Amino acid sequence: MNNHTTQEELTALARSRLEEIAGMPQPLKAKDRLQIPSQEMPSQDPVERRGNVREVALGYSPEQARLEALRCFQCKNAPCVAGCPVRIDIPAFIKSIAQNDFQKASDIIKRNSLLPAVCGRVCPQETQCQAPCTVGKSLKDVGRAVSIGRLERFVADWEREQGKIETPQVKEKTGKKVAVIGSGPASITVAADVRREGHSVTMFEAFHKPGGVLVYGIPEFRLPKKIVQQEIDTLKAMGVEVRTNFVVGRTRHLKDLLEKDGFDAVFVGSGAGLPKFMNIEGENLVGVFSANEYLTRANLMKAYDQEHAQTPIFKSRKVAVLGGGNVAMDAARMAVRLGAKEVNLVYRRTEVEMPARVEEVAHAKEEGVIFHVLQNAKRILGNEQGLVTGMECLKYKLGEPDESGRRRPVEIPGSEFIMEVDTVIVAIGNESNPLIKQTTEGLETNKWGNIIVDESGKTSLDRVYAGGDIVLGAATVILAMGEGRRAAAAINKLLADGNSETSNAQR
Amino acid sequence: MNKIISKKQLSGDVFMMRIKAPLISSERRPGQFVILQIDGNYGERIPLTIADADPKEGSITIIFQAVGATTSRLAAFSEGDSIENLVGPLGRPTHIEKFGTVVCVGGGIGVAPLYPIVQGMKQAGNRLIVIMGARTKSLLILENEMRSLADELIICTDDGSYERKGLVTLPLKEICERERKPDLAVAIGPPVMMKFCAETTRPFKVPTMVSLNTIMVDGTGMCGGCRVTVGGKTKFVCVDGPEFDGHLVDFDNMMKRLKAYKAQEDKAREECKLEMEIAKKTQRKLSTSNVQR
Repeated sequence: MNNHTTQEELTALARSRLEEIAGMPQPLKAKDRLQIPSQEMPSQDPVERRGNVREVALGYSPEQARLEALRCFQCKNAPCVAGCPVRIDIPAFIKSIAQNDFQKASDIIKRNSLLPAVCGRVCPQETQCQAPCTVGKSLKDVGRAVSIGRLERFVADWEREQGKIETPQVKEKTGKKVAVIGSGPASITVAADVRREGHSVTMFEAFHKPGGVLVYGIPEFRLPKKIVQQEIDTLKAMGVEVRTNFVVGRTRHLKDLLEKDGFDAVFVGSGAGLPKFMNIEGENLVGVFSANEYLTRANLMKAYDQEHAQTPIFKSRKVAVLGGGNVAMDAARMAVRLGAKEVNLVYRRTEVEMPARVEEVAHAKEEGVIFHVLQNAKRILGNEQGLVTGMECLKYKLGEPDESGRRRPVEIPGSEFIMEVDTVIVAIGNESNPLIKQTTEGLETNKWGNIIVDESGKTSLDRVYAGGDIVLGAATVILAMGEGRRAAAAINKLLADGNSETSNAQR
Repeated sequence: MNKIISKKQLSGDVFMMRIKAPLISSERRPGQFVILQIDGNYGERIPLTIADADPKEGSITIIFQAVGATTSRLAAFSEGDSIENLVGPLGRPTHIEKFGTVVCVGGGIGVAPLYPIVQGMKQAGNRLIVIMGARTKSLLILENEMRSLADELIICTDDGSYERKGLVTLPLKEICERERKPDLAVAIGPPVMMKFCAETTRPFKVPTMVSLNTIMVDGTGMCGGCRVTVGGKTKFVCVDGPEFDGHLVDFDNMMKRLKAYKAQEDKAREECKLEMEIAKKTQRKLSTSNVQR
């Protein structure tokens, strides 16, 4: 039975509740706030959305947003702010929503975050700002904390839909030039922050379209590409030059940018683009893909639009996705949309340890993805033509916690069984892309190939900074943005100090 | 946008294009390739080897066979048209040094990527034996260019329509059997040719380098679609290659992987053919109606 509640129904419920609340003594008492039901995210009907790539989470209506905002206790100590990697003044923006002043809410968010429409959609809020929320704690359920992320998204979408996005002010031209390598979240942040100070910025992207993981990795149904395009358009309106089809390390070496092309500083935000495989038998059979490849074909190359797209994508009947992160959910849900009859998600720990956002896990289940926890692939089986015919799996149980604090999965000997599939999508993470390291002498990296930076984001090379997944390993959009902010501040300081050298000397 | 400076039909379905690409032209080294996309919206990204470059003019030369939908569409482009997206140079450059005697084997369209390697090897002071193979005489490309560089040139055609009849592996074997066997073999061509070249040189322990052209999307290590098994390990053609030790490559696996999208590719090619025929007919109709006026 389909017990899906539509957006209209949710809004109507919220409206009548708001009317009730208006008649209550103001300001509301904490116990009244706790009585307000946590607002469900309206979504496309699961049955319908299995067949399209339109966004699943539809966003709060103003009524739902105001009601959800009224749940906030406005804690003086604001534990939520401490949970936010970029320290957004969360109680303040939520208060503005409750007061119906969405513009003010937006202004508050934008003091700290550059990409609220993106972060509101893809941040793992339940482990960040929403984890320490007092409302959630009072209700003894982190799932019923104030939905800060959904409110953030509401505000960002409201502003965009009003056509109110203003191009940030850019200071007078300094004559300094900064190269930004990559065009994902870290790079977008650096480009904006550096350009604001009046330095000229050129952004280099290897693909034919800018946006990095936001366009090739995260699917349309989770992050509509028009939102990413809006961010890139804002950068362009600020005067940032975007050069696509440009692979730093190949089209031009990093050092040439500094030594020959007149750039005063370089930021490396090239991401963690090197998919990990499991090193098991059968991994190079036809029908085994990295989630990166599968999603890039589907998203960036638009293979979901089989009528127009010229890029082929593997026709699957039964799919197994290996992994438990957001990328695994994205791949599984994309496989559903591309017409697979059965999509299995195989994860070696339990659902509690899954790094994916709770909402993505819920959406995947609603769409019919079958979860197999405490299992893992042992080898992939193929036929004469080299096509995948199945996967031998092994069962696991949870043992002692490992260094990540999660309980380590321990294999159960003799528990092998065969899962019949024709496609295996490996979504167990990424290593750092080796291209820049290989071609830049003196750039220090750790044993995983991540670029080593100091607390300001500076690398072992002068005037070269780095941030995002190339430094952190595969992480999140918000952390990449935080890193970008830090590196941009250091670059701005470096360039400003360079300007004031003479005046310092005069003193 | 990258403008096509010149276009030449080398044989039935083999085309040569000089394309404006100043940065690629000055940075490229032998062994490297580009990825191009005709239509930025829905187009497919395909890897193509760089056959030559002229940094003064700021151009690169590509040679390709119109075998798939994208290459067929590309073949329909004319001088003055532009290619929307072109990125490169990609892949690791060929390791070039003075080895002594180098035997270079090129099969079919594989002669194109071989050409810059032959140039490089020549400049490094190697003695060069070049073996070129084609199905038939009309499909032979770059013969004069190779003749001017090679110390010894052997041409084979499958049907015997020109020079020696037979496969390239036969002269390769003869060369390996010489008193002074070659110091290095380079083989570029269809996978099955490279496989048998590697099998030919293996008993003679002549180091053999092959250049692989696999399915790719980004060409920078991100997707892993290009992965091959080399010496039991997984390697990415785009960042670890395209050149590998031919004696270690699992060609059978590579050939199977190349067929991953065959059904869809065949369908796309048929649709593309139809689409182009219709375009041609419409054009013809238009031009006759113009004449009538």
